[in-house]
Amino acid sequence: MDIKRKKQVSEWAVKTVMWISMSIVFLLVFSVIWTIFSKGCKAMSWSMLTKLPTAGTYLGGEGGFPNAIVGSLYIVGASTVLGLLVSIPVVFYLNVYLKTSSKLAYWLRLACDVLFGVPSIVYGAFGFTIMIFFGLRTSLLGGIIVITMLIIPIFIRTMDEATRNFPREILDASYALGATRWETLKVVVRQIAPGIATATLLSIGRAIGDAASVMFTAGYTDSIPTSLSQPAATLPLAVFFQLTSPIPEVVDRAYAAALVLTIIVLILSISGRFITNRFSKNKL
Amino acid sequence: MVKDKLAQSVMLGLCLFSILMVVTIAVGLYLKSSPVLENKSLWSLLSSSEWRPMKGEFGFFPFIIGTVWVTVLAIAMAFPISLFTAIYLTEYAKSHVKKFVFPALDILAGLPSVIYGVWGVLVIVPWISNRFAPHFVDFSSGYTILAAGIVLGIMVIPLLVSLFIEVFSSVPMELREASLALGATRWQTTHKVVLRKTLSGVAAATVLAVSRAMGETIAVLMVCGCVIGIPKSILDPGYPIPALIANNYGEMLSMPLYESALMFAALILFAVVLVFNLLSRIILYRLEKTQQ
Repeated sequence: MDIKRKKQVSEWAVKTVMWISMSIVFLLVFSVIWTIFSKGCKAMSWSMLTKLPTAGTYLGGEGGFPNAIVGSLYIVGASTVLGLLVSIPVVFYLNVYLKTSSKLAYWLRLACDVLFGVPSIVYGAFGFTIMIFFGLRTSLLGGIIVITMLIIPIFIRTMDEATRNFPREILDASYALGATRWETLKVVVRQIAPGIATATLLSIGRAIGDAASVMFTAGYTDSIPTSLSQPAATLPLAVFFQLTSPIPEVVDRAYAAALVLTIIVLILSISGRFITNRFSKNKL
Repeated sequence: MVKDKLAQSVMLGLCLFSILMVVTIAVGLYLKSSPVLENKSLWSLLSSSEWRPMKGEFGFFPFIIGTVWVTVLAIAMAFPISLFTAIYLTEYAKSHVKKFVFPALDILAGLPSVIYGVWGVLVIVPWISNRFAPHFVDFSSGYTILAAGIVLGIMVIPLLVSLFIEVFSSVPMELREASLALGATRWQTTHKVVLRKTLSGVAAATVLAVSRAMGETIAVLMVCGCVIGIPKSILDPGYPIPALIANNYGEMLSMPLYESALMFAALILFAVVLVFNLLSRIILYRLEKTQQ
């Protein structure tokens, strides 16, 4: 076989392999979504979303998982707000106060990347020991603390990536008008708003789906928590605990909870893409 | 001006706090696991297979082996798929193809681990039990290392693809153009220029994916079978370290040494993930710098 032909054959072979790889990826996405939706839609009913579990619920009785939905929303809502409060100043400091060659900035980015890689079960175990140390029991507060720790590195790194491409001239313009760096923060926040939005969506997705970290810290309960010191149920745990039950009605509840969780995550990921596409068009 | 100074110190404080969090986790886990470390030597903890918490025997070997098996399988499956997908997306694909692939990857990346667990229990486990395993063994429940490996492999694909894309885009366009101008095909350019130039980056990305796979808990816990013992083949059940921690955390509070042993498990996980992450991130940062 001459060289030219060999070249073409290998080109063709590689292209086939690539197409196969991509089809596998699509097939997987389709399979996962299809499985969750087909099982979940069959199991879904209005009472699943509205009726609190009762004593007989785990033996096949009536009831759904609004406790888990509300618990998840409480935890995710509170930790997102806390996460934003911590990470916006950090990102701002990183990109406005520090020079790009700064050692502190390097170590901070490295620390966040490392924290991002720490398994959530380690956060869970560590958070639990801290709670014991402060005399807290499994509670809504514990869940909020751990999830906040979990999402802060994601917040910082995603926003940091968005801020890094942001034109430095705007800073100079703001300083030239006599603004302090603190006042310039307002300009920066407005500029990187889409970045903050995507980071928030990403963090919410991560926070709402994480089971390993809230397992020991937020616990699980059948009622909706009314104070920070009460345990709170979460959606991933509602799926996890009920899936292994031998009773079909209980397993159905797990499927329905999985469907709710998937829909939430899908909405988050689609709107994240939308924001990125929408705003990257008019970027300078 | 006072406000500016105040804001500056608050922000500096928050930054230091973030950096210190890594140290705090390490120290906290070490302090908690020190009772079991005083009781047993590090080597015997890592190499013994005796796991009898009630008698104070803590051998982590079966769990370490379980983690290694599952992780290796997952990476072996995810690596080729991710590599070729990433090459296609950076070197070949037109923008309208990317419009379909990126959202698909977004969805894969965003799905929580418990959803992959449900999918594994409903799809992969029955497939192994009914279709795959009967060719090799008499009976398998399907809850095996293989199932955990497959589920985990799928979970790391989006991470690997996005890291590979980042790595490949660090190669300057001029190098590709030079190669193409000499008459090389796209694939020749890819493997002789792009891949050769980014070998360290590809390795770093893979190490990062390994560390992510090792720590994954819920999905693996749901399909791995959780039987303590050293697996002989991928059709045996396994028991990785994260699953061990998650399964036993509630019940160990009455026994200080047991709690300490589980904290030691978390410490092993943290230490390995920390080292892997530091190494690969530093390599990736260097790569990013050469690009600018």
